[in-house]
Amino acid sequence: MPWTKKDLLGLEYLTPDEIELVLDTAESFKEVSTREIKKVPALRGKTAVNLFYEPSTRTRVSFEVAAKRLSADVINISVENSSVRKGETLIDTGKNIQALKADIIIMRHNCSGAANILARSLDISVVNAGDGWHEHPTQALLDIFTLREKIGKISGLHVAIVGDIAHSRVARSNIWGLTKLGAQVTLCAPEMLIPPGIETTGVKISSNIDEVLKSADAVNVLRMQFERDENTAFPEQLDYFKKFGITEERLAKAKKDIVVMHPGPINRGIEMSSGVADGGNSVILEQVTNGIAVRMAVLFLVSQAKEAKQ
Amino acid sequence: MKEKVKILDQECIGRVIMRIAHEIIERNKGGAGLCVIGIRNRGVYIAQRIAACIKQIEGMDVATGALDITLYRDDLALATGQPLVRKTEIDFDINDKNLILVDDVLYTGRTIRAALDALIDFGRPKSIQLAVLVDRGHRELPIRADFVGKNIPTSKKESVEVYLNESDGSDEVLIAEKE
Repeated sequence: MPWTKKDLLGLEYLTPDEIELVLDTAESFKEVSTREIKKVPALRGKTAVNLFYEPSTRTRVSFEVAAKRLSADVINISVENSSVRKGETLIDTGKNIQALKADIIIMRHNCSGAANILARSLDISVVNAGDGWHEHPTQALLDIFTLREKIGKISGLHVAIVGDIAHSRVARSNIWGLTKLGAQVTLCAPEMLIPPGIETTGVKISSNIDEVLKSADAVNVLRMQFERDENTAFPEQLDYFKKFGITEERLAKAKKDIVVMHPGPINRGIEMSSGVADGGNSVILEQVTNGIAVRMAVLFLVSQAKEAKQ
Repeated sequence: MKEKVKILDQECIGRVIMRIAHEIIERNKGGAGLCVIGIRNRGVYIAQRIAACIKQIEGMDVATGALDITLYRDDLALATGQPLVRKTEIDFDINDKNLILVDDVLYTGRTIRAALDALIDFGRPKSIQLAVLVDRGHRELPIRADFVGKNIPTSKKESVEVYLNESDGSDEVLIAEKE
């Protein structure tokens, strides 16, 4: 099955087959990073632009490493030192980057839907590296990739997503991806952090973490984003840890080989204890490694799709 | 597609691969320091069969690997269809080895050019020798095979189809006229 989309905007817009294609392609790309010379010439002569309207280190670096391992040239634009500060609109910025003959824009933006708008306005590829509370497709793809690698399948799994669902694009992308591939998803969080209407996606909702952990094959622990919104109500940190924090005591009552994931950066002692973060069930650092392979696959596929259309 | 002509059947393929194995051992004075790497997909199966023949003759195991050359293709930017990226599996050190690169059909030589580039990224073998089941001519690059199963003069209008048990359920090589 060929990849036909010039952009990756969200998992909502992908078919199960397309998601599987990204995962399969990523599996092939994973080997490249194990070589002594960690580079293949697949995107030689292509230019990828990292356009980040929000601070990000791990995602930006991960994309940059992925693009460089494909031999693409990478340019980083952060908004602090760009003409956006002088009032340039998103579409104008995009068209200027396109006029530089760049091939791919990797964008992080604080507004939901920003990547969709940019993709519609441009002929070059747009990869969404997180837009507002909407989607963060490559993070979900790497979560699902890691899970598939650990357990061997996604269909039929019970995956718990714990934490700040309301403010989390990672959660939304994971919900789309996991349910499309046939997993059962349970969201577990204080009521105030569950977005209204989310149950229409087919997920279950619970506020009892111990009950959820009993039958979960994997738990994806989200970061509490205390910096994101100072005006909405947030649970008190210690109280949250007591009720929802993933601890060794809680894991002892879960399935023995439950997979513990976290998109990082971890707030130790708030979402999970240090013992869990560094423990045998944690695949947090494998997620980081797999992120490179997944992003290589995405950059390769979107650039190939564009070529096929011309 | 017009009528197809069978060039090699199962027995012939078996004999050809055994002969290639003998020639490899002769050229390299035994099986020591050899490794066999097949180009995906069918080159991998031929490589495994060559390794099995070498084991039969010399009584020693020869490391085998699989190489996917998609990311090294010179027509990636032009390719109309979309190539599927498959796994490269070379889990041994190729430095200072005599490396036998194996493919099913040698045609323009562009696949082999890509494979050589890929292999060089894995290390510095002592030598790279090329073994192919079929050489059909029409080279576009200065590349030749060291071990050839069968030379089949073809026109560019024809296609050579290799079927192997491992991937296709039967062993045969056909030549067919493209429409």
